[in-house]
Amino acid sequence: MSTRHTLSVLVENKPGVLTRVAGLFARRAFNIHSLAVGPTEHDDISRITVVVDVDELPLEQVTKQLNKLINVIKIVELEDDASVQRELLLVKVRADLSQRRHVLEVVELFRAHVVDVVPDSVVIEATGSPSKITALLAALEPFGVREIVQSGIVAIGRGPRSITDRALERVTRSA
Amino acid sequence: MSQAPHPAPPRGHATARSTTTDTPAPVTATPAGVAARPAPVPAGSTIGTATGTPTSVGALAPGAGTTTAPVACTGAQSIVRSLEEAGVEVVFGIPGGAILPTYDPLMDSTRLRHILVRHEQGGGHAAAGYAYATGKVGVTMATSGPGATNLVTALADANMDSVPMVAITGQVGAALIGTDAFQEADTLGITMPITKHNYLVTRPEDIPRVIGEAFHIASTGRPGPVLVDIAKSAMQAQTTFSWPQEMELPGYHPVTRPHAKQVREAARLLATSRRPVLYVGGGVLRAGASALLRRLTDLSGAPAVTTLMARGALPDSHPQHLGMPGMHGTVAAVAALQKADLVVALGARFDDRVTGQLSSFAPNATVVHADIDPAEISKNRYADVPIVGDLAEVLGDLVPELERQHAQHGLPDLEAWWKQIDDWRETFPLGFDEPTDGLMAPQRVIQRIGELTGPEGIFVSGVGQHQMWAAQFIRYERPGSWINSGGLGTMGFSVPAAMGAKVGDPDRVVWAIDGDGCFQMTNQELATCTINDIPIKVAVVNNSSLGMVRQWQTLFYESRYSNTDLHTGHGTRRIPDFVKMADAYGAVGLRCESDADLDATIKRALEIDDVPVVLDLTVSRDSMVWPMVAAGVSNDAIQYARGISPAWDRED
Repeated sequence: MSTRHTLSVLVENKPGVLTRVAGLFARRAFNIHSLAVGPTEHDDISRITVVVDVDELPLEQVTKQLNKLINVIKIVELEDDASVQRELLLVKVRADLSQRRHVLEVVELFRAHVVDVVPDSVVIEATGSPSKITALLAALEPFGVREIVQSGIVAIGRGPRSITDRALERVTRSA
Repeated sequence: MSQAPHPAPPRGHATARSTTTDTPAPVTATPAGVAARPAPVPAGSTIGTATGTPTSVGALAPGAGTTTAPVACTGAQSIVRSLEEAGVEVVFGIPGGAILPTYDPLMDSTRLRHILVRHEQGGGHAAAGYAYATGKVGVTMATSGPGATNLVTALADANMDSVPMVAITGQVGAALIGTDAFQEADTLGITMPITKHNYLVTRPEDIPRVIGEAFHIASTGRPGPVLVDIAKSAMQAQTTFSWPQEMELPGYHPVTRPHAKQVREAARLLATSRRPVLYVGGGVLRAGASALLRRLTDLSGAPAVTTLMARGALPDSHPQHLGMPGMHGTVAAVAALQKADLVVALGARFDDRVTGQLSSFAPNATVVHADIDPAEISKNRYADVPIVGDLAEVLGDLVPELERQHAQHGLPDLEAWWKQIDDWRETFPLGFDEPTDGLMAPQRVIQRIGELTGPEGIFVSGVGQHQMWAAQFIRYERPGSWINSGGLGTMGFSVPAAMGAKVGDPDRVVWAIDGDGCFQMTNQELATCTINDIPIKVAVVNNSSLGMVRQWQTLFYESRYSNTDLHTGHGTRRIPDFVKMADAYGAVGLRCESDADLDATIKRALEIDDVPVVLDLTVSRDSMVWPMVAAGVSNDAIQYARGISPAWDRED
């Protein structure tokens, strides 16, 4: 049985680090579901959110192998019920005059936004949990989906604690 | 310097980090129970003096320990100065366009001896051999593009066998990177998966820090190769050099101290199990922990096996030593692991060549697994008792803990276990059949080299049948006496690695035990040996074929010998003629074709100590390596000789 895990990986903000992480997944035959990378509140640290499909034991291997990368500072698994997980969707849907009202109803229902309109189509922007995004896409499907672009999941732990605190401290002290 | 580069965090700090992040449950480096990850470059250490860390492989040679105030120089000079301050004495390399600026100040260095090799792969393996023989970081240097790609095999080899090495490569000028410039290759990308870490340096001011970090990373934790790719423009630019430098490695904290609770549990198991086996891997040698291993072996009374990477970690003459486990291990070593109720793995990694079919390996054993690399724990075989730490520290803690456990539980009763093991040893000793074609038995040839040279020699093998025979039939009595390419299985390893070992330990007799196939891959380094007065001895165990492949063809491909005949041996055209080749390289070439001349030939080689010697020892091509466990099958199916398997249950 394969299960999905969300890992937050704090890495040094240096060229080539994403390649090291992505390359590791490829050569160790780990299956990535999605991967998103961006800056953090600290200039020297980037954060990679990676969703992997693995069982418990291989997951331990994934984290151990990631930790062996010199530029990886810290890895935390974010559990579903203890974190907020979001992805961003931009979708271009066929919507001529006769259909537009129905499309907009769906947009409303999912609290999404229309960000571009032309006579026969609209571009809709939505953020949400993976299940919400999937449901929105299913609802739009009958109108004719012409193009989809989707981000990887980004996730953050609930509550007051910050996973970068400790890492920050260490970076500062070693700098 | 006001501040240590890596203040060692208080020990509680680490634990707190991995256990108190309440919501998102942290997946830190290590599973619960394994010591948490951080630590310790000792406080106060700097690059130049980070030498005495218990993790380091015999330690990064102390630079003079001097502090150099900032001086103006070129990037190229900064490279040379950094290498000097890192304690480097020997560099194996070959210049080319992009590394050329560095070779100019290198010429003036009085502290660096540069040995000009004939191929970058040879330079890389030589650095590895040097590292094996000295315990220091081996250094190799090459140019961009083909220079770097030629290094790839040697880097991959060192990575698989955890050899501390630093490779400096030239890269095209920073402005040309990415333009498919002449001799440009993406060295960083190519070597990323086969190095412990690598760097691309384009700013000259980064050179000393990066080189310092490279030596630190290569020599601490689980050792490995680190490549530093430096743009030619950075070598040519003006910069300042100062030493030591503060390292910027916020994500690198190898664990060296084992978890006391786990060590206690390991000791308790060792004191109470009835069929224990110490499964000793190369990590014990890397940690310099042979003496401690000896004490643990004596104290525990348990049988020990040493893997291909660990030959010499425990003297072969030790009565509890069962020899090598694995595909071509002794019956006693393989059987003991299979029947054990406790396997204590020390710096070993449950390689497929040791375990055979993993699911049937040591099926009844509880596993204690000690290794400095947390990622090795439970990678292949689940570890009931995981211990992350430097083997010297693990064994240092385990020995007194075992004494305490003995005091509590009494000495374990291993008599029945030893009776069974001794029965295997007597029934299935290592041996070989005499060839029927009248040619020499390769096993005897190798055995006699070992016996006539003695345990103070260093034996460096290539890969294949001769490697297995050298692991089986030479008696290793001390650490560092056996050097080979275990993980990657690199044919051609032996001559350059022997060269490096001889440079590192010039007073010892160094043999390259090579095959006729391997020898033809890297023999160009004989020129390096002759010219630089590095008198290694090469024994070409010449069976005129790619012997191990031929053996598999005999066993598994109905003796259809597809492309394994090399035409170098007895009764062939001898292309090439190894004796003539030796002569052409300024070495002494001697041929031996019969047992009657064997000892005299070896003795003659041992007498020559001013030039390299090449022995062309023509042996039977039909000799095979036994015992053998076929690939992918259970170790229970070990064959002592073709078609002969031990009857396991006759004792039961």
